[in-house]
Amino acid sequence: MKLIFFHMQGYRDLPDNFSDKYESVWVNPPTDELCDPVMEGQYLRWNLEEIELAARLGYDGVGTNEHHQNAYGFPMPNLTAYHVAAVTKDVAIVLLGMTLPIYHPLRVAEEMGQIDCLSGGRLVAGWPVGTSMDVNHCYGVTPTQTRGRWAEAHDLIKAAWTRKGPFVWNGKYNKLRFVNPWPKPIQQPHPPIWLAGGGSLETFELAAKENYTYSFLSFGGHLAGNDMMQQFWETNDKSGNDANPYRGGFAQIVMVADTDQEAERLYEQHVKNFYMKSLHVAPQFAVTPGYSTKRSLENSIKKMQAATAFDPAYRRAVTWKSAIESGQVIGGSPATVRDQLLEASKRMRIGNWILLMQLQSMPHDLTNHNIRLFAEKVMPHVRDLWDDEWDAGPYWPSGARKPKLATEAAKSRATDRVPAE
Amino acid sequence: MTSAPENRRVHLPSGLVAEYLCKGSGPPLLFLHSSFGRTWTAFLEQLAKSFTVYAPMSPGGVEPMELDSFDGFNDLALFYDDLIRALGLDRVTLVGHSFGGMAAAEYAAYFPERVLKLVLMDALGLWIDDQPVADIHTVGPAKVPALLFADPAGEAAREVMKPPSPEQAGEFMLRTQLAQASAIHFYWPIPDRDLVRRLYRIQSPTLLVWGAEDRVTPPVYAEKFATGISGPTKIRLIEGAGHFAHVEQTRAVVDAIGAFAGETTLSAA
Repeated sequence: MKLIFFHMQGYRDLPDNFSDKYESVWVNPPTDELCDPVMEGQYLRWNLEEIELAARLGYDGVGTNEHHQNAYGFPMPNLTAYHVAAVTKDVAIVLLGMTLPIYHPLRVAEEMGQIDCLSGGRLVAGWPVGTSMDVNHCYGVTPTQTRGRWAEAHDLIKAAWTRKGPFVWNGKYNKLRFVNPWPKPIQQPHPPIWLAGGGSLETFELAAKENYTYSFLSFGGHLAGNDMMQQFWETNDKSGNDANPYRGGFAQIVMVADTDQEAERLYEQHVKNFYMKSLHVAPQFAVTPGYSTKRSLENSIKKMQAATAFDPAYRRAVTWKSAIESGQVIGGSPATVRDQLLEASKRMRIGNWILLMQLQSMPHDLTNHNIRLFAEKVMPHVRDLWDDEWDAGPYWPSGARKPKLATEAAKSRATDRVPAE
Repeated sequence: MTSAPENRRVHLPSGLVAEYLCKGSGPPLLFLHSSFGRTWTAFLEQLAKSFTVYAPMSPGGVEPMELDSFDGFNDLALFYDDLIRALGLDRVTLVGHSFGGMAAAEYAAYFPERVLKLVLMDALGLWIDDQPVADIHTVGPAKVPALLFADPAGEAAREVMKPPSPEQAGEFMLRTQLAQASAIHFYWPIPDRDLVRRLYRIQSPTLLVWGAEDRVTPPVYAEKFATGISGPTKIRLIEGAGHFAHVEQTRAVVDAIGAFAGETTLSAA
């Protein structure tokens, strides 16, 4: 399996009364009151150090995502990716953003092309539709145009990467005389394209049709997400595709300590903090008329669910115990974590684990501890799953080699970085 | 004895299909509904005593795919003009509420010769920087009734905001979501598409019916419409009413429209 250290780059210090005092963690949390630019600079440094540590310790990939006007995410993952591309050698760079509907597609084609060139072909090009908060409320895209803009950007970027240019593009949203991005990516025919979402049927169908990896992103964990992944595989099977587990990705909070008790002691406050504050999204931002298709809307009304990954149920007061029982967190001793990870991998056929190992308030040292323990005591026991049966090749960047294990990596730490000169 | 309006469909030369409710006798009156969707209300029932009322469904209100054919109010104005022609009407009294008022004003600016009289009720479409139009789509559900109604706990608020019965909750939610999606398709995130530049083209006598307690588009917006429109205008503020004046004070609004329609000349306000 592929183990991806994934950093959401959240703001680490929100006030204790955040959820009572402020309406939403997203869109309108007042920046002037909550976000200190000097502290943000410190956090950004820590984020990069944590990502680099994971790369050195042998994680298959490192990644980050994109959110806007949001206290638990960060807006420009491509900037992070560019830095990581410069200072690492083997690791895959899993860029789950850029959020296509809010960008000029040529800009995405060029920026991702540049990252792929600098990294030597290590880019995973994640193209999320984006949440309604990001796309409609922060960037002002008309909700009913969200999917149309995504679809045209998808077609245009792919064409820009694969067709001989310059060529003319006469779309609904983009009219261009000269499509001729400079540079194009190293990877041929293009970097692996990953879709990411909260379980909409249309996205499952697109992934199946185009042979893209689909990653289910939620904070509900491996038990709540089980039905969604079953639906994904059913859609995939129906279209006649093989059952390669590298078609599937799953985001999961993972926290390792020396013992189960120690994990609870170290991480519980951060889990509580995260669920209470980061999922505090105002409902009017999460469910915007026109963002979902009619079919998805009917489906969610039928299930009497909000059409969003930000289900209020996740926001209830969690404890370490409840988070473990519900599957929201895979956490505990190395043995506990590897058993649960293997069980969930096989049950949901997950080839790519998007490991959420830094939660908002977690300090730098504790995050590093989590990254190290996982690399040393979990990774060696789980990483070979699937590899005797399935090839990650079509879904994994061609320039990313299987990195060394943590123990070997520790020995060669000094040489695993590109010289700074 | 009241009877239900007829539900009709007409194929337009553009290939689109218009669906509308129709009832009554008398001169033709076209009613364009708000982002809360189209229902046959007591207001329309009473207008149907004096007019032949046509109440079309705004495009995309049932089938969102239709919206692919609409990029803005120019497309919407052409759609309504195709409908008016298909109905064989020459000139109409045009009444629009909120988003429908914005659409009606746009239509009257594009096709001034087709509008006999124009009634704008708590209409969107203009923007005043220091008194911005409130946004019911982003304030949060708890605050919406107080924005929309003079009496947020009254019968009118229930009629607009709640399903007729608990069994119809799912259907009501679907209908409301699709109606709102189809309206904000034209004006997200701010209901200003430079209509102010086109207002001068509106030549018809125009009645501006406004809830005195409209907290979405406060009455100052009625004045701004009146200032920009070239035809004679009249402002009628409705006491005890908010953004849904015709639902909260149905009688007063129907009487105001009846009196306005009966006038042969209007002095400028």
